[in-house]
Amino acid sequence: MSAVLDVVAAVLLPTGAVFCLLGAVGLVRFPDTLSRLHAAAKAQTLGLLLILLGTATQVPARYALVLILVALFQLLTVPVTGQIVGRTAYRTGAVHRAGLVVDDLGRRLERDGEREQERENQGWERAREEPDREQGRETGGREREDDAS
Amino acid sequence: MSTVYAVTVALLSAAALLTLVRLMRGPVALDRIVALDVLLTLVVAGTAVGVAALDRTAFLAVPVVVALLAFIGSVTAAHLIEKREGMR
Repeated sequence: MSAVLDVVAAVLLPTGAVFCLLGAVGLVRFPDTLSRLHAAAKAQTLGLLLILLGTATQVPARYALVLILVALFQLLTVPVTGQIVGRTAYRTGAVHRAGLVVDDLGRRLERDGEREQERENQGWERAREEPDREQGRETGGREREDDAS
Repeated sequence: MSTVYAVTVALLSAAALLTLVRLMRGPVALDRIVALDVLLTLVVAGTAVGVAALDRTAFLAVPVVVALLAFIGSVTAAHLIEKREGMR
C-alpha cells in the first residue's frame, strides 16, 4: 500500500511542480495582464491541486483531509480572484480592446452607459412632472370622498 | 522518495524566481498582484511538500492561513486599484 502511494506521490508531485513552473514561465513571457492571469490561474489551480494531492498521500489521513480542504478552497477562490483582477484590468484600461476577439463586457458597458444616461434624463423629466401628477391624484381622491358623502 | 521531494522543491524554487522577476518588472500594479498571488500559491505548495518531506505536521496550519490571506489580499488590492482609478 505504501509503495503504491509512494508511486502516486512520485508522479503527482513533479507534475504539479512542472505546472507551477510553466505558469511562472507564462507569467514572465506573456505580453499583457489578461494572458498573464490566464497562465497564473493554471499554476494556481492544477499545479497546486496536484502537489497537495501528492503530499496528501504521504501524511496521515486526518492531516491529508486538511490538505484536500486547502485544495478545494483554492479551487473556489482562484476563479474569483481572476474575475476581479480581470475586471479591474479592463476597467482601468490595462487591456488593449482592439486585440480582443470577443468583447462582451465592452458592449455591455456601453449599453449600460447609454441606459444610465437615459434613466438620468427620464428621472430629471419625471422629477419635473411629478408634482402635477401628485396633485391630480389627490384631487381625484377628494372627489370620490365627496361622492360618498 | 527524498529525490522526488528534492526535484519538486527545485522546480517550485525556479517557479518562484521567475514569479519574482514578474513581481519586480510588472508594468501595472495588477501584474504585481497576480505575481504575488502566484508566489503565495508557491509558498502553499512548498510548505505542503515540506510537511510531507520532513514529517512535521505541525506546519500544516501554514498552507491554510497563507491560502486564505492570498485570496483576501489580492481581492482587496484589486478592489482598491479599481476604486483609485475610478476616482480619476
